[in-house]
Amino acid sequence: MGIELQNISKQFTGYTALDNINLSIATGDLIALLGPSGCGKTTLLRIIAGLESADSGKIILEGKDTTNLSPREKNVGFVFQHYALFRRLNVFENVAFGLKVLERSKRPSKSEINDRVEHLLKLVQMEWAIKRYPSQLSGGQRQRVALARALAVNPKVLLLDEPFSALDAKVRQELRRWLRKLHEEIHVTSIFVTHDQEEALELADRIVVINKGRIEQQGSPQEVYDHPANAFVYNFLGNVNVFHGRIKEGMVSLGEHLVDAPDELKNVDEKPSQTFVRPHEIGISKIRSSETDVIGTIREIRLLGGQIGLNLSCEGFEHPIEAEVPRELYLNLQLSKGDKVFVSFNRVKVFSGDYEI
Amino acid sequence: MSIVKNKKRNILPGFGLSMGYTVFYLSAIVIVPLSMVFFNTVPMGWEPFMQAVTAPRVLAAYRLSFSTAFFASLFDAVAGLLTAWVIVRYRFPGKAILDALVDLPFALPTAVAGICFATLYSPAGWLGEISAKWNLQIINTPTGIVLALIFIGFPFVVRTLQPVLEELEVEIEESAHSLGATRWQTFRRIILPHLFPALLTGVTLAFARSIGEYGSVIFIAGNLPMKTEIAPLMIMSKLDQFDYAGASAVALVLLLISFSMLLALNAIQEWQQKAYR
Repeated sequence: MGIELQNISKQFTGYTALDNINLSIATGDLIALLGPSGCGKTTLLRIIAGLESADSGKIILEGKDTTNLSPREKNVGFVFQHYALFRRLNVFENVAFGLKVLERSKRPSKSEINDRVEHLLKLVQMEWAIKRYPSQLSGGQRQRVALARALAVNPKVLLLDEPFSALDAKVRQELRRWLRKLHEEIHVTSIFVTHDQEEALELADRIVVINKGRIEQQGSPQEVYDHPANAFVYNFLGNVNVFHGRIKEGMVSLGEHLVDAPDELKNVDEKPSQTFVRPHEIGISKIRSSETDVIGTIREIRLLGGQIGLNLSCEGFEHPIEAEVPRELYLNLQLSKGDKVFVSFNRVKVFSGDYEI
Repeated sequence: MSIVKNKKRNILPGFGLSMGYTVFYLSAIVIVPLSMVFFNTVPMGWEPFMQAVTAPRVLAAYRLSFSTAFFASLFDAVAGLLTAWVIVRYRFPGKAILDALVDLPFALPTAVAGICFATLYSPAGWLGEISAKWNLQIINTPTGIVLALIFIGFPFVVRTLQPVLEELEVEIEESAHSLGATRWQTFRRIILPHLFPALLTGVTLAFARSIGEYGSVIFIAGNLPMKTEIAPLMIMSKLDQFDYAGASAVALVLLLISFSMLLALNAIQEWQQKAYR
C-alpha cells in the first residue's frame, strides 16, 4: 500500500473537520479527493504532509508509520494552490532547494544536482526558464516549476492542493492532460485535492468523494459516476435535475407522474424520495415515442459548445427542467423557443429519504 | 522637462510638473537649509577647517558617534526583526498595546527618554544597581549611549519590516519545510533574503537617526571629552562658545559622511531589487 490512513480525526474549534477517515491508496495511483469547499479535503492532505496534525489516527506511508514525523522528515512532495515558489530564488535554485538543504552526507554533488534539476525541468517542459525568476513566469509555468521542485527530493508521495484552481480554464485543461501524462511517466503515488468534478473524473485513477469530514464514496471515476452511493455524490458529480416526491407501493412520483421504483426500493414503506436526472439523459423529440413521455415547452436555448442547453417547462412539473441535446439533434429538429416537444427521461436515479444538499 | 521621454500613459499626469515639484520641495526643505552649513564653513578657509575637523577631540567624537550608531542599529536589526515577526505572525492578548508601544519612541521628546535612561541606569537606579553588582558601568560610558540609540532606532526597523513580513505567505515556509529544510535553513535561505531589502532600509533609517540623535544621549553619556562626547554635542558646545564656523565645519563633515553612507546603502538596495525582478 502506498498510503494507509487509519481513523484520522481532526477537530477545529466549533466543528469537526475530519471524522474518522479510513483510506488505502495503492502505490503508483493518482487519487482525487473531491468535495465542496470546507469539506475537510485540504485538511486531510495537509495532515498527510505533516503540515497539520491529526487529533487521532495513523498515517502509514509505504509501510512506515509517519504519524508523528515533521513535514521535513516525511519525504512528501507538496504542491500548493498558489505555487509558493521562493521569489528571491530563480527557477534553478527553486528546484535545487530540496537537494541543497540535505545533510552533507546525503547531498548530491554539484554536478549531480545540476543534472537532476535539468532533467526535472525538461520533464515539466520548463528547461528554457532555468535562469528566470518566478515573477517572470505565468501561473501555469509557475505551477510546473513548483511540481518539479516537489519532485526533486524523490518523494514517496506527491500531494497537490487544488493545483490548477488559480489558473484560467484553458491552461487548467492543458495542465490536467499534461499531469496525467507525467504521472504515467513517473508513477509516484499522488493525491490531488479538487472541487472540480470534471478535473477529478478526467485525471484520477480513483476518486474519493468527501463531504462534511466524511468519505461518501470511493472508486474509479466510472464507478463513482455511474453508481453514485448517495444523493450527495450524484449531485456533486455533475449538473442534475432534482425531483422531490414520494415512494409508494413500488412507484415513485415524478412531478404528477409515476414511474417504477428501482428494485432495491420496490418494497419500502411510504417514504419521501429524491429522483435525479442528468440533463444529457433527457431525450427530446417532436414525435411521441412512448406513453410515459412528458409534454414540455422550450423556454430558453443556450449554446454550450458541442451541446445545446434547453430550459423546459413541462406539464405536471412545478419547476423548469434542464436538458442537454447534441447540436446535431438540435439542428435536425429545428428547435426554437416556444416549441412544444416530447420529453423522455432515459435514465433516472432514485434515492429514498430527504437528503439535504 | 524633456530629460525623460515617457511615452507610456501614467495615471498621474505630467512627469515634468511632478518632477518639478519634487525638485523644488527637496530644495526648499532639504538642500537650501543644509547648504547653509556649507556656506558658513567656506569663509573659514582650508587650513582652519582642517584644524577644526581633525582636532583629536572632534575625531574621537566622530568615532564614537558612528561606532555607537553602528552597534545600536545592528542590535535594532535583530530585536526589530523579532518584534515585527511576533506582531505579524502571532495572535495574543495585548497585541494592539504592543503594537502601539513600538511607536512610542517616535512620539516621545527625546529629552524625556534621556532623563528616563539617566535615572534608570544611574548607580542608584533600578538597573544601575544591578549592573553595578556585575561591575558594569552603563551611565557615562559608550554602552549607555548605545542603549539610548537602540531605543531611538528600534521603531524604524519594526515598521519597515512589518509590511514585507505580512506579504510573506506561511505557505512559503511550509513548502521549504516539506522540501526538507530545517527551521534555520528556511530562515537563512528563504526568509532572510526576502526580508533583507526592508531590513536594510530599516537599519539605514535607524542608523541615520542615531548619528543625529542628541536629546536622549547627552543625559546618559556624561559627555566626557575624548570618551563620551558625541559629534552633535561637539557642534553644540562649539555653538555655545560662539564658534559658529567651527560648529559648521564639524557639521559639514558629519553631513558628508552620513550622506555618502545613505547613498551607498540605497545603491545596495537598488542592486538587490534588480537581481530578482
